[in-house]
Amino acid sequence: MFASLAGVLFDGVAYGMLLFLLSVGLSVTLGMMNFVNLAHCSLAMVGGYVTVSLTNRYGWPFVAALPMAFLAAAAVALVLERTLYRRLYRASDLDQCLFTIGIVFISIAVYAWFYGTVVQSAPTPSYLRGSVELFGMSFAAYRLFLIALGLAVAIVLVAALEYTRFGAQVRAAVDNQRMARGLGIDVDRAFMITFALGGGLAGLGGAAAIEIVGLDHAFALNYLVYVLIVVAVGGLGSIGGSFAAALLLGVSDMAGKYYFPWLGAFLIYLVMVALLMWRPVGLFARR
Amino acid sequence: MRPLEAAFWAATLLPFVVTPSYLALASQVAITALFALSLDLILGYAGIVSLGHAAYFGFGAYTAGLLSKHDFGEPLTGLVLAAIAAGLLGYVTSHLIVRFRHLALIMLTLGLGLLLAEAANSASWLTGGADGLQGVKTAPLLGFKFDLYGRTAYAYSLAVLFLLFLVARRIIHSPFGLALRGIRENARRMPAIGAPSLAHLRKVYTIAAVMAGAAGALLTQTTSTVSLEVLSFGRSADVLVILILGGAGRLYGGIVGAIIYMVARDQFASMNPQYWYFWVGLLLVAVVLFLPNGVLGGLSALYKRPE
Repeated sequence: MFASLAGVLFDGVAYGMLLFLLSVGLSVTLGMMNFVNLAHCSLAMVGGYVTVSLTNRYGWPFVAALPMAFLAAAAVALVLERTLYRRLYRASDLDQCLFTIGIVFISIAVYAWFYGTVVQSAPTPSYLRGSVELFGMSFAAYRLFLIALGLAVAIVLVAALEYTRFGAQVRAAVDNQRMARGLGIDVDRAFMITFALGGGLAGLGGAAAIEIVGLDHAFALNYLVYVLIVVAVGGLGSIGGSFAAALLLGVSDMAGKYYFPWLGAFLIYLVMVALLMWRPVGLFARR
Repeated sequence: MRPLEAAFWAATLLPFVVTPSYLALASQVAITALFALSLDLILGYAGIVSLGHAAYFGFGAYTAGLLSKHDFGEPLTGLVLAAIAAGLLGYVTSHLIVRFRHLALIMLTLGLGLLLAEAANSASWLTGGADGLQGVKTAPLLGFKFDLYGRTAYAYSLAVLFLLFLVARRIIHSPFGLALRGIRENARRMPAIGAPSLAHLRKVYTIAAVMAGAAGALLTQTTSTVSLEVLSFGRSADVLVILILGGAGRLYGGIVGAIIYMVARDQFASMNPQYWYFWVGLLLVAVVLFLPNGVLGGLSALYKRPE
């Protein structure tokens, strides 16, 4: 019982780290511009498919492909933001939702066109396969890597947001966009950079997710709900909130699948609806 | 009723004589139009954005299906009971829905929709789960059998659509409808001038749920099948696309959108669904960027320009 509990906790934390990578960018950009970008997971798929292509077709090592996944997704995010999204910052929630869902549909079709509809995989190096013995228990090496990656990203993000000038601008813009503009902060530029970084992190998450959940053309829609739950529960613009919400969701999803498999995803949706009703702006909202 | 409207409703009878082999499709269009009309009441007129409206459609569909499965296949009674059941669900959930706006509202409607879909999937003893509900048999409607050509199905769907359209039209042009538009335009000011905003929103949400449930029941009765698809996120998204395409906040928006969308989908039926969604996506992007009020909004802008 205890061993299985620890195992579920470990898997849940690893899964939560994945969700954190996928959703933190959306949380911050939503907090800054109130722009509901439902196509965030399409960016994750950019990273995922770049990794699949690089490792399978060009023989790159998996770990070297991860930075490329980040860069490719960030570049696509930048282009999207500059060409399309910036027209819609003052549009209604509904227009933003519809527009970005349109992007999701288009991206799904494009991925299916180029990669087909089968689940893709990317070969991981031997030191990330197998498991590691610790305290008399075995932990999957890849999940340990995932946890380390998630923690590292979280620490870098928090440090950058708290201790750099750019981070201060982003925090100001999240707290009060108009006031930040009034103080001479170039919110548009800060937003552009944040959006690209958030997209890049999603790409990294998409690449890291291949080993755990696989990658197919419907990823953008299937994981959208999870990402939105993390954002809505964690509160907009809060990295700590996203982190906590992602861990909570990861662990409870794993526990639900392990202990109550007949409930399916029911438990997750129930938790989300209950939390939203209790705190509509999220558990750790800055506003 | 203005001449243009009368001409439109007269034209809906044309499929009986012009394209008798497409009556099944015409019946699907009428059902989808009714569903879109119900979404229009809450989204177009009251400003409640919902990504989970299929919950009420599916609840009505399953209620009608379960009734006819247990030897209660009389369509009219089934339709009324299904609509009432969906309305009850709508009334209960409306207490949660109307208190939220923006992202929380979108997430909550999405969450409730997914919750119901998952519940139906889990309760396979009742709903048949992923296999769909087996043994749905609809009795003849007032003596007319539901035939293969869909003659009864289309007449039935069209009649229900027309009746409920008149109801919606009456609601929209009443002081209550005006109050709803006021809430949509300025949610803070309406309570300030003494309008019971939340009660209004609850009322219209319940009415919309009744209509969505009726649409779901129609689908069950005319096709004699119910599957989990009636509750899916895809159906909620589709109806949103249809309404936006036609023009939200206009009585005919959902109907025009349903005609365009369903006929186009039928024409491209041979296409792989993934690629169909490419065009849907492109359509959404184009509508948001270039046609913010839908096809009807664009048409009326064209019509007014020369003046």
